[in-house]
Amino acid sequence: MFVKTSRVGVLVAALFLGANAGAAQDQSIIVQSTTSTANSGLYDHLLPMFSEETGIEVNVVAVGTGQAIRNARNCDGDVLLVHAKPAEEEFVADGMGVERFDLMYNDFVIVGPDEDPAGIGGMTDAQDSLERIAESGALFASRGDESGTHKKETSLWSDTGVDPGEGSGEWYRETGSGMGATLNAAVGMDAYVMTDRATWISFRNKGDFVVHVEGDEDLFNQYGVILVNPEKCGNVNAEAGQAFIDWLISETGQEAIGAYTLNGQQLFFPNAD
Amino acid sequence: MQDFGEAFGLALSLVVSGDADLVEIVALSLRVSLTATGLACLIGLPLGALVAITRFRGRNAVLILFNALMGLPPVVVGLLVYLHLSRAGPFGFLGLLYTPMAMIIAQMILITPIVVALSRQILEDLHAEYADQFRSLVLSRRQQVMALIWDARFSLMTVGLAGFGRAVAEVGAVMIVGGNIDHLTRVMTTAIALETSKGDLALALALGLVLMVIALGVNALVQSLRMTAVRHAYA
Amino acid sequence: MRMRDTILEGSNALDLPRVLGGGTCDRRGVTAKGLVLRHDGRALIRDVTLSLPPGGITMIMGPNGAGKSLLLRLLHGLIAPSAGTVAWGGKPLSEDVRRDQAMVFQKPVLLRRSVAANVDFALRARGVKDTTRRDALLDHVGLLGHARQPARLLSGGEQQRLALARALATEPKVLMLDEPTASLDPASVLKIEEIVRDASVKGTKIIFVTHDLGQAGRLADDIVFMLNGKPHDRGPADLFLSRPETQEARDFLQSRIVL
Repeated sequence: MFVKTSRVGVLVAALFLGANAGAAQDQSIIVQSTTSTANSGLYDHLLPMFSEETGIEVNVVAVGTGQAIRNARNCDGDVLLVHAKPAEEEFVADGMGVERFDLMYNDFVIVGPDEDPAGIGGMTDAQDSLERIAESGALFASRGDESGTHKKETSLWSDTGVDPGEGSGEWYRETGSGMGATLNAAVGMDAYVMTDRATWISFRNKGDFVVHVEGDEDLFNQYGVILVNPEKCGNVNAEAGQAFIDWLISETGQEAIGAYTLNGQQLFFPNAD
Repeated sequence: MQDFGEAFGLALSLVVSGDADLVEIVALSLRVSLTATGLACLIGLPLGALVAITRFRGRNAVLILFNALMGLPPVVVGLLVYLHLSRAGPFGFLGLLYTPMAMIIAQMILITPIVVALSRQILEDLHAEYADQFRSLVLSRRQQVMALIWDARFSLMTVGLAGFGRAVAEVGAVMIVGGNIDHLTRVMTTAIALETSKGDLALALALGLVLMVIALGVNALVQSLRMTAVRHAYA
Repeated sequence: MRMRDTILEGSNALDLPRVLGGGTCDRRGVTAKGLVLRHDGRALIRDVTLSLPPGGITMIMGPNGAGKSLLLRLLHGLIAPSAGTVAWGGKPLSEDVRRDQAMVFQKPVLLRRSVAANVDFALRARGVKDTTRRDALLDHVGLLGHARQPARLLSGGEQQRLALARALATEPKVLMLDEPTASLDPASVLKIEEIVRDASVKGTKIIFVTHDLGQAGRLADDIVFMLNGKPHDRGPADLFLSRPETQEARDFLQSRIVL
């Protein structure tokens, strides 16, 4: 009996040691991130360069912008990289973030079936096209998850005369899921959907979907990066986190972002000051 | 439909080429889920045995509770563990969130009720056979628990398998507490979810096939052990 | 019969009093006082007051349903009486007292382990780890050659001998047997009787439930005849078997149905 108990003890101790060994690497940070930057492969392109230069390991938790901010508010990350400027500024104003930096941008597009039942193809005004979708009775799939993309979509609707909430469950389908899952659902039910361009280009299950609306200034999609405040969160590795941010907005980092292409298309456009 | 054919081809080429990322993900999946199963058995089997051999007030309520807990949604377990391990939570100081250990804890909580409920049934049947002999030998409760678990070990393997199956297949809990971090906490199921969200259904399906083959292998191994035991009347 | 005489010499059978239920009370043996066992409103054991001597082989006999096995279980503390007390050597039936007792069941309950591991288990239940003693026990019951085999693949007779070895492993002062040979072939029966007799010679008190008259003749020092949940007749074996006092015992011995 005694032998067994001590064996169990050793096992449990080994597990904890193993877990701590992973976390004990001083030079590693956790980035709470939006999904588009991860799913599009941008991090796979950037992080090896950064790690090689600095020896800092970057662990990315890719969730929706809303959840990323909530996780960061719980101090579960060193750096926040998302795309919802008002929410980011609020995060900093609350003292949770040290300072917000513009990092890069791309744009949102409205995609839908090639057949285009609402006839929005080629429109350049996002609000007008949304209104037409609502009038036509065609389906529209929304993230419905408080993500950056969802917030942007909601703000676009609010400038139209349509309250999509009234059509919820009918023509307005809120998936409550990530961009990829929502795209899968939209393709599955031939619904229009708004997505960031990076996710769209890297998405592999497009079916017969094409981009119908793009180029409106309102579809501009700005990404920002923030160091979680070490005064609020004692566990934050401020030095390594700041090093990551500094590198991203440095000439080297910005060039690396601009150099990333997928299928010959540039996905993100650096615009740090 | 073409996804299926593509998936089989992909799965095969991934396995044959020994894709380094795949090996890492599979290894972590096994490490996390097997450890979680081991710990769940360490806690759940004695608990199941204790419930099996003891009559006390409210015993039925306890049985119902454990049966109900078998249906715990992984996402809820993930959320509860997240709230506890988060830096803002009571155990945040341990720094376990987004580590394999956090995933082990979540899966352990998820499957311990399964181990308790299923082992209780098996051990109660065995105890019905052994009870007089145990009482005659004047065994302590601890001795009874150990003897029952040891003698039912081959039947209990099925219980372990049920737990392992649920652990290795769930995605909701490990996604939240592990964060699906590449090269750190990415396991088979979170990788499948990721590839699905990227719209790469063929790759997702291929990973799913690999996961099924692994589950099949583990089951076959345990089953063959059991058959040997049955031949020796040890099961 | 010659063999039985030897046993009688070896086990002080001569100071057995010819008394019925609870007349005198030998404080060194077992005493039961006012034992009652009720189940579903039916009295299965009815107010049994009884004392058994501390040595020798006591056989409990009687027709089916007389309460023989239940009485044995009550004496061993496997079941709790609805009323009454059991005491051994003047001490009430506690766990300590019960540790000095062992029991062999009609259908041997063997662990799903090897023959050797079954004996090891009983030894370890008393905090002993001693392979030499285990092997000696297995040798004693003629199973040393089967030590590594799975216990549950043994023949019926071998299984019962293993159960005996396991019971003896705890070095009991009292060995109880509940129809241990009921479903065995004659050769196996004789082997088991030999082991039981040997234990008795070495000083272990034996309480043996049987309804095999031949077995009683071969083994018993004294006999308790149960009827309807109570001892009905009792006495030294030779007297009981040759001149039973009650009509019911006479009927039983002549293999008539006893009601």
